[in-house]
Amino acid sequence: MIVAEQKPLDEIRDLIADAGKVLVVGCGTCVTVCFAGGEKEAGILATSLRMASKLNGNAQDVTHLTVQRQCEWEYLDPIEEQIRQAEVVVSLGCGVGVQALAEHFPQAWVVPGLNTSFMGLPTEQGVWEERCAACGSCILGLTGGICPIARCAKQLLNGPCGGSQDGVCEVNAETPCAWQLIYDRLKAHDRLDLLMEIQPPKDWSTSRDGGPRRITREDLRLVAEQVE
Amino acid sequence: MSDTSTNGYKSGSRLEQVLRAGHFAVTAELGPPQGADGEIIRKKARLLKGLCEAVNITDNQTAIVRMSSIGAGAIVLQEGLEPVIQMTCRDRNRLAIQSDLLGAYALGARNVLCLTGDHQSFGNHPTAKNVHDLDSVQLIQMVVEMRDQGRFQCGDEIKGVAPRFFVGGAANPFGDPFEWRPYRLGKKAKAGVDFIQTQLIYNVERFSKYMEKVRELGLHEQVYILAGIGPLKSPGMARYMRDQVPGLDVPDHLVDRMTAAASGISKEDKAARREAWRKEGIQIAIELVQQLKGIEGVAGVHIMAIEWEEAVRPIVEGAGLFPRPEPEPLPTADDPAD
Ligand code: SF4
Ligand code: SF4
Repeated sequence: MIVAEQKPLDEIRDLIADAGKVLVVGCGTCVTVCFAGGEKEAGILATSLRMASKLNGNAQDVTHLTVQRQCEWEYLDPIEEQIRQAEVVVSLGCGVGVQALAEHFPQAWVVPGLNTSFMGLPTEQGVWEERCAACGSCILGLTGGICPIARCAKQLLNGPCGGSQDGVCEVNAETPCAWQLIYDRLKAHDRLDLLMEIQPPKDWSTSRDGGPRRITREDLRLVAEQVE
Repeated sequence: MSDTSTNGYKSGSRLEQVLRAGHFAVTAELGPPQGADGEIIRKKARLLKGLCEAVNITDNQTAIVRMSSIGAGAIVLQEGLEPVIQMTCRDRNRLAIQSDLLGAYALGARNVLCLTGDHQSFGNHPTAKNVHDLDSVQLIQMVVEMRDQGRFQCGDEIKGVAPRFFVGGAANPFGDPFEWRPYRLGKKAKAGVDFIQTQLIYNVERFSKYMEKVRELGLHEQVYILAGIGPLKSPGMARYMRDQVPGLDVPDHLVDRMTAAASGISKEDKAARREAWRKEGIQIAIELVQQLKGIEGVAGVHIMAIEWEEAVRPIVEGAGLFPRPEPEPLPTADDPAD
């Protein structure tokens, strides 16, 4: 899932400073699961913003609602009226959700309430870790299902750097060394031969380096005549 | 395909010649300044000239911005000393690395050390974006192919003169997983690396175990291994390296020796204590050189006296490695036939 965390309240207040009427829009999917932007968080944020503005002597009308999935336009149609009435919309969706709102409602001023952090999973209650960097050409088949692109601080492809020590990454003692994990797993599966092969320079063109990405599936597209 | 030989040498560098002749080689390290004063490089080069075959010029070491390795290397060449250009994958993508290496070769550099690079979070620009387009193994392979096949990484032919470097890599025998380290060296050998400079070695016993495996794999016959030597400056530095630096193994007995060096000298007499520590640090370094020299497969030493270039002379002399051998000059080494 996509993992995000809420921006500091002051930063959100700055983003909505000029508005009298504010709408906070939560999202019912990934950011609900990571407790950053679901119905509950949207409600708490709206209340906090209201209280803060009142204390400031400049009361803002802050309401909130949550859609099932902010990143698909069909889920956004039903909230058109509420969006129209707001001077500023604070999206508690991930970066995709913010942009879906802005794109779907060109007249609305949409600002982000979250910092979208990574694609990952909860490893224990209250802890989320990155797992995939969407490089567009998955090599997990070579690395025992552990991603060195997302999880090695240097995105190495040919084994651990010299700083790997006691299982942790030299960059951060809280982070396991991805290559130690890969090594252990390949060894357990008796597949260390995979590590002996030199992995050639990666084709980063499928990653963000190739520019914004797009997938077109002709088999799924609606042909013009069918639409009519 | 362009000619891959330089009078039978891969690069014709002095370092290559000395190693090929079977001499025990010495390289040293020169850290460029955090400023644009070339005179600092000249001064350091004069301290090191004649004591080593070549001198590594670090590339934004520990991710702190310093004068470029190639720029400083060109000055070192003017001083009559041979540079080992260091090139990390942290700051440059494959385009920048290749173009910089063309320039370095044109300026006269003949050795390059291919490194991953310290993470930027350790340095003075922790908010920077890193590159890591290639890793060190891929970098080695690329520089070797530029030399041996006259091709850029993309496969295009290099027009005219191809850069013929003596290609180096690093190895940390004490990194984890320990048992895999010799195989990682093997990967670099497979990529075509010519020489290896190791991380600082203080734990000779553990390094010997590593070398045992390296010999078992026959790697000492494929690459020249230069063992890393670093004179300790003080007990504080020894403790710091033992406790804080990932990938370094400093045994307690060396920390104790450094501490004992200043015993009996009053705490007030800072200069005398400093002097005593440094003397002991150099003595330890000399002993390490002698021990490492005795290990089969160790082809030389790489002395890293960081911001203490004066220490290189007493170490080289003390270890009986002075004067340095004079390799036969190559008639057309600087003029590769193409
Ligand atoms: S290899 Fe690429 S696609 Fe696969 S998990 Fe890693 S970043 Fe994601
Ligand atoms: S310590 Fe491990 S995870 Fe960290 S940069 Fe090195 S190889 Fe990558």
